[in-house]
Amino acid sequence: MTRNLALFAAVGLLFLLTGMFQSWNLALSILNISLISAIMALGVNIQWGYAGLFNTGIMGFTALGGLAVVLVSARPVAEGWAAGGSGILLGLFLGAASIALAIFAWNRLPKGGLRMAATLAIVVAGFVLFRMVFDPAVNAVEAFNPATAGNIGGLGLPATLAWPVGGLLAAGAAWAIGKIALGLRSDYLAIATLGIAEIIIAVMKNEDWLARGVKNIIDMPRPWPVPYEVSLQQSAAFVDWATRWGFAPTTASSIIVKLIYAALFLAVLLAVIWLSERALKSPWGRMMRAIRDNEVSAAAMGKDVTRRHLQVFILGSAVVGIAGAMYTSMAGQLTPGEYNPLRFTFLIWVMVIVGGSGNNWGAVLGGLLIGWLWLIVESLGPMVMGGIVAGLSEGPLKAHLIDSAQHMRLLTMGVVLLLVLRFSPRGLIPEK
Amino acid sequence: MDILNALVVFLNFVFIPGLAYGAQLALGALGVTLIYGILRFSNFAHGDTMAFGTMVTILFTWWFQSMGISFGVLPTALLALPFGIAITAAMTLGTDRVVYRFYRKQKAAPVILVMVSLGVMFVMNGIVRLIIGVDDQNFADGGRFLISAGDFKTMTGLAEGLAIKSTQAVTVVTALVVMGLLFWFLQKTRTGKSMRAFSDNEDLALLSGINPDRVVQVTWIIAAALATIAGVLYGLDKSFKPFVYFQLLLPIFAAAIVGGLGSPIGAIAGGFVIAFSEVMVTYAWKKVVTYLVPESMAPEGLLQLMSTDYKFAVSFAILILVLIFMPTGLFKGKSV
Repeated sequence: MTRNLALFAAVGLLFLLTGMFQSWNLALSILNISLISAIMALGVNIQWGYAGLFNTGIMGFTALGGLAVVLVSARPVAEGWAAGGSGILLGLFLGAASIALAIFAWNRLPKGGLRMAATLAIVVAGFVLFRMVFDPAVNAVEAFNPATAGNIGGLGLPATLAWPVGGLLAAGAAWAIGKIALGLRSDYLAIATLGIAEIIIAVMKNEDWLARGVKNIIDMPRPWPVPYEVSLQQSAAFVDWATRWGFAPTTASSIIVKLIYAALFLAVLLAVIWLSERALKSPWGRMMRAIRDNEVSAAAMGKDVTRRHLQVFILGSAVVGIAGAMYTSMAGQLTPGEYNPLRFTFLIWVMVIVGGSGNNWGAVLGGLLIGWLWLIVESLGPMVMGGIVAGLSEGPLKAHLIDSAQHMRLLTMGVVLLLVLRFSPRGLIPEK
Repeated sequence: MDILNALVVFLNFVFIPGLAYGAQLALGALGVTLIYGILRFSNFAHGDTMAFGTMVTILFTWWFQSMGISFGVLPTALLALPFGIAITAAMTLGTDRVVYRFYRKQKAAPVILVMVSLGVMFVMNGIVRLIIGVDDQNFADGGRFLISAGDFKTMTGLAEGLAIKSTQAVTVVTALVVMGLLFWFLQKTRTGKSMRAFSDNEDLALLSGINPDRVVQVTWIIAAALATIAGVLYGLDKSFKPFVYFQLLLPIFAAAIVGGLGSPIGAIAGGFVIAFSEVMVTYAWKKVVTYLVPESMAPEGLLQLMSTDYKFAVSFAILILVLIFMPTGLFKGKSV
């Protein structure tokens, strides 16, 4: 126990040192992103630590959370909706209905050529119908003012509401993918989730009607208690307060905003960790660990392994979705181009493994530590590299080395992951 | 009605690109499937092994070019290929010694090995970015076309041209040679036979005195060679960009699973299934259909089932169908 506290204190010290020697602004923005990463790590830990499920599509679930923020809280584009909103909804409904009908036909018809033909006919007819309804509607939506809109816009609801919605979207995707890939051999889930994540990102980049694709949506409203820096700086009371304490109002306002975000994220993190700890210590958690440690004997005891796996996969993905929504909320914009599997999937895995898989506090510690390391290297890396190559004469080699400092991060993370897996596979805070 | 022109358009835009891409995927999938058969895990680092091998080959190509060595009409990269393979093989053998061997001795669960391969992927990705950067590198030289579209038109008098890029021809020929060698090796040589025995039944193979370390080493060397060749051919045909190689993991895994993990012949079949489906689903069929139907019925739309941005969705959809309907793949691979 004291060891764990010491570890958390050490990580806290890292953030304090960053604040003191670089800037508090930087320390807080690293902290906020690390808190979000810690929540994602908790979600992954639910899947991996409790159930041994290997999800390589974390990026996709994160992005779905971000999409929820746009759909829930962005400004509505009434003209876009009027032009094709109903057509798009109808098209999506037709597509989903034909898939459902095909599954129904496959399950109900007797085996044989007829079943194959009927299912295929339903799928083909459904696809043609879908394109006939969907395409004109999309064109109509995208034709409206493409420079600033061209999408159906959001619902204009409070941004905080988007967080649970992000969780729901991610849970839906997890249900679909889990239904297919769970119950087969363990690497199939990894490969299937790798694929679904790429596809989710491709959809978000290319479907302009949805969230403007790579044209990005900016200026999204902030979640409830977070003020804007500008409005703080304009408030006389705030400027008065800041000067009385000897802060520059601009710096103070951005620090206050970041602190409020940090408090919000911390609240969510604590809620998730409390719930997961409760779940882990409940009969359900013991059952999950029993399944993880020996699927065969758990199945012999009458546990439905595939169903439990599906359940825990959906839960974990929902947590990741919530964190993804928080991330987009904080950034204030959705940029599908920034979702990169190395940063949003595999880095989270490093966090979980380094922290200690199967232990929620370990996942949080790993999230904070690796999150700090990843982001601090961004600002320190070029400086250190510059120091190393200072002796070299100016030239292409020196420029190349300084440029490549950012890639050192990948290398370092890989080495860290390999070292931990080899020498301390249970992580910094092992499972009890 | 103009069947000949329709056929030429089909060959030019669907068949030949699909064939070249399929050969590249098949070589990649062969590497994945061999590792899976012998070492029993899905190697997530395979895409980055391809990138590493290609990078080494590119560096040698540049060196040769700077010395004025060329390979006539063929790309210089083919000369550099053996050097690329040698260094990549040394790298995979080193990785096995430092990383994978420990877990093999421990008899760790496959999913742990998959995770370890993630770590290796990170490291290799970092090395490649560190050395050659993240940008596009074009290293194809030598003759551009075997037949150019213009020549074909004057030769045959058809309205449509058929262009065969020399890189496409090189790809298909090299792939055929490599596959032939691989099958000869697996079927006829002693080492190849012991590899197949090891893959079929590890315990029985060990009892019959097969040296597991040797089998594993040969597997890594072959996997490195296949990955480097696949990567160089892909890079010659399109261009070399490290991140694209990482993304190739999905179609390559899909190909290996469609064929049946652990089955070499399945990997080849799977590579072509994935490649042709991808090209056919994302191709706009308007031109072909216009030639085939009477003028009054010419289509207005592009007749494209899906935009090319979703090509990964195609391999993914096939993967899902196979997982649902025949999880062991076309050629009955393992489903441990």
